[in-house]
Amino acid sequence: MTQFRNRKMQHHRLPGMALCVVALTLIPMGSASALTLKTQTIELPTSTRVFPGDSAGAKAANTYCLMCHSAGMVMNQPDLPKATWLVEVNKMKNAFKAPIPDDQVSVIADYLDSIKGKK
Amino acid sequence: MTIQQTNDERRTRRQFLQTAATGLGLLALSRQALAAQTIELPLPGGTDSRRLTTAFPGKGQMILQRTRPPLLETPWSVYDKGVFTPVDEFYVRWHWADIPTTMNPHTHKVRISGHVDKTLEFTVFDLMKNFKHVELAAVNQCSGNSRGYFQPRVPGGEWSNGAMGNARWVGVRLKDVLDAAGVKPGAVQVQFEGSERPVVPTAPNLKKSLSVDHARDGEVMIAWEMNGQALPLLNGFPFRLVVPGWYATYWTKMLQHIRVLDHEDTNFWMHPAYTIPDNWPQANMTPGEKDVKFVPINRMVPRSFVTNLANGAKVGAERPELVRGIAFGGDTGVKSVDISLDGGKTWTPTQLGRDYGKYSFRQWSTHVKLPKGEQTLLVRCTNSDGLQQPMTPNWNPGGFMRNVVESTQLIAV
Repeated sequence: MTQFRNRKMQHHRLPGMALCVVALTLIPMGSASALTLKTQTIELPTSTRVFPGDSAGAKAANTYCLMCHSAGMVMNQPDLPKATWLVEVNKMKNAFKAPIPDDQVSVIADYLDSIKGKK
Repeated sequence: MTIQQTNDERRTRRQFLQTAATGLGLLALSRQALAAQTIELPLPGGTDSRRLTTAFPGKGQMILQRTRPPLLETPWSVYDKGVFTPVDEFYVRWHWADIPTTMNPHTHKVRISGHVDKTLEFTVFDLMKNFKHVELAAVNQCSGNSRGYFQPRVPGGEWSNGAMGNARWVGVRLKDVLDAAGVKPGAVQVQFEGSERPVVPTAPNLKKSLSVDHARDGEVMIAWEMNGQALPLLNGFPFRLVVPGWYATYWTKMLQHIRVLDHEDTNFWMHPAYTIPDNWPQANMTPGEKDVKFVPINRMVPRSFVTNLANGAKVGAERPELVRGIAFGGDTGVKSVDISLDGGKTWTPTQLGRDYGKYSFRQWSTHVKLPKGEQTLLVRCTNSDGLQQPMTPNWNPGGFMRNVVESTQLIAV
């Protein structure tokens, strides 16, 4: 480890080197880069946004959709045909394994059509 | 201890420079002020209002497309600053919400396994020590960049044009790493998987594959550095795959597994996800068209944009006005960037900026002399293979590979 840091420090004395390298294709670099890599710890922001209304559809959407993604993903969608919303909800259930009960699929699709349906 | 302090100081200085560069001298105050800001993306039919956010670690002011898992778009003004996209303004795109929020570069390893002579594991420091370092400038562009402009509209991340960025990547050749493990005869594809996981454990984890020949072409890299900095965690710290000229879906972040396969990868994320109509470079079909053959998305196509003048900008009439922007050739370099002021009947070449390599953004600029009134400026890139941006937009249900000639409305006064 110490040895590695030393190599980096040496390279660091030649700050011009990396800048001189204009990559036309892959350019082999003579020594280790000057970069220091340290543990990164972050806290991701959360969203408190919920689907509007208190209908059965809004409740189902809040129960099942928000498990995996924030509501903004849906609210930023354009108005889409009801058939498209049904495809999306089925994709979430079948491909992405959202635990949406069979009888809630059309409830959620109808709800999405009501807030984001293409008339 | 001394070294530790130096590192901390260096990082603090870098943070300061980043902060200063974005003009946010009073960070705490500005953050609150900015949190309430919104931006209008001119997406046809809406919904086109987006919040601007500074809440994401390692990121400056970004367009919030989705909080969880994060989809953060680069504000358009960034692309006028230069040919390389600042790391803290580089777009962010995650598929699954279970993203490691702590990454220790001393313990995170990538494992090479499958159809190889020996299974190997490397930390980033092992990669640095054992393999030759290479640097390459390359554009990373989301398959669905500009999806919000598709008509009819399609579901997905409703990006404007800011799901792309250009960086100098430093790392090692994937070829060298695969050779160390010893790829066995009969290998077909190489599969890549990162450290993100779905919330629902039975959901398909994100895995992407390249052909063995592509993976060993000497250009595909494992990179730990972008534009002179460590990758932010949200861009894949400690290292990610770099697949020059190919869409970002293949640029696996937080690379964890490299599996050499003796068969074609048929997992969900190769097919049906991320597939295009089998007519590259168009990736085009008619909405509702039946029996279309879909294949995994692959090489990028040329694009070009104006960066110094927004749609509806006022410029002086009857005098030379500077127009400049960026272009990239897709899977090869930029041959020329031309503009048209007559709807594409005639084209005039622009001056190309410095060449940072065939996978990089290239700046272009020219001066235009416009008659009074509303004018439409078209910009078109031709790549080194002679491929030109089309005059009509493509359509496919995934909203992938948009590269129509862009038009900018100007008002000459």
